[in-house]
Amino acid sequence: MKIGVLVNEGPYTHEASDSAYNFTKAALEKGHEIYRVFFYHDGVNNSTRLTEPPRDDRHIVNRWSELAKQYSLDLVVCIAAAQRRGIMDENEAKRQGKDAHNIAEGFRISGLGQLVEAGIQCDRLVTFGD
Amino acid sequence: MSDEMDMEEGGVVKQFMFVNRKAPYGTIYALEGLEVVLISAAFEQDVSMAFIDDGVYELKKGQDTKELGQKNFSPTYRALEGYDIEKLYVERESMEARGLTEDDLLVDVVVMDRAELAAKMAEQDVLISF
Amino acid sequence: MLHIVNKSPYERNSLESCLRLATKGSAVLLIEDGVYGATKGGNFEGKVQAAMADVKVYVLGPDLSARGMADRVLDGVSVVDYGGFVDLVAEHSNCQSWL
Repeated sequence: MKIGVLVNEGPYTHEASDSAYNFTKAALEKGHEIYRVFFYHDGVNNSTRLTEPPRDDRHIVNRWSELAKQYSLDLVVCIAAAQRRGIMDENEAKRQGKDAHNIAEGFRISGLGQLVEAGIQCDRLVTFGD
Repeated sequence: MSDEMDMEEGGVVKQFMFVNRKAPYGTIYALEGLEVVLISAAFEQDVSMAFIDDGVYELKKGQDTKELGQKNFSPTYRALEGYDIEKLYVERESMEARGLTEDDLLVDVVVMDRAELAAKMAEQDVLISF
Repeated sequence: MLHIVNKSPYERNSLESCLRLATKGSAVLLIEDGVYGATKGGNFEGKVQAAMADVKVYVLGPDLSARGMADRVLDGVSVVDYGGFVDLVAEHSNCQSWL
C-alpha cells in the first residue's frame, strides 16, 4: 500500500515526530511504500542539520536522514513554512541573500503542492501533530 | 476507495476534507491550514472544509488584528468561492456550544448536525486536520 | 474509518470530539497522551466504555508502557504496537487525526 505521512510538529517538544518516525519505519518494514513524508508547520524544524541533542538522547534529525538513505524516502519540507522558521537549503539561501543554509541530508524543500499531490497519489495519508 | 474515484482529464479526483479545529491567532494552524486549502484548489480535487470545536471561531465576523500586529486573514474565507472551494461545513453542536449562530459567521456555510458531518467525514478519501 | 487521538482527555476535548463524530463501526486508536483515555479508574472510563458499544478502541502499547500505564488498560481495548498501527491504517479506507 502507498502511504503518505504528514508531520506538523518539530522534534523534542512534541512526540509527533517520534510517532511519525516509528510509524514510517514499521510501515516500511511491513513492505508498504512510503510515498512521501511531508513536514509542515513547526514540523519543518525536523530538517535542520544544526540539531545537536545530548549524547544519551535520540537524534531525531539524523534518524530521519538515515531512514531516508536506507529506503530512498522522499522527505519534503514545505518552503513557505521553512522560510518562516529559518530553514534553508543552499539554493534558497542564495536566492534570499542569507549567509548560511541548514537543511539536513535526505531532506528537500518544495511547495505545499507536494502535500496535496501526496494526498492524491497515496492510498492513505496519516497526520502526526499536536 | 480507489474504485469510487472519478477520472477527469486523465487525473484522479478525490474527496479532500480539511478539518479545522483550532482558533485563529493563538496558534498558526488556522492560517497555514488555509494556505494548503488555497494550494489544493489548483489540483482540481473535490475539496471541502469542516469547522469543528474552536475551528468555528476562525469564521467569526469582525476580526480586527491591528493592535495585535498579525495579519487578519479572515477575509480569505470569503475569497475561497473564487477558488471554487464552496463546501464549508460547520458542526452545529460546536457552533452552539460557543454561543454563536450562523449570523455571527463571515461567510456562507452549511451548518450540519453531528450525524450529518460524521457521515460526510466517513466518505472522504483524504482528511487533513489542523 | 480510523480515528487517531493523541491528547489526554483530561487536558483537551479531542477524544470527546472524536467520539461525537465517529460513526458506528469506526475504529479509534489512542496514541501519545491519548493513551490515558484507554485506562481504568479515571473519570473517562465510563464514557469510553459506553463508546465501545459503537466503535472499536485500540491503544498504542509503546506509549502506554512509556507512561507506566500498561497494567491499567480498560477491558475490551486492544493493545497494538507500531506494526499494528500500520495495519489499522491499511485496513480502514481513511483516517483522521484529532490533533
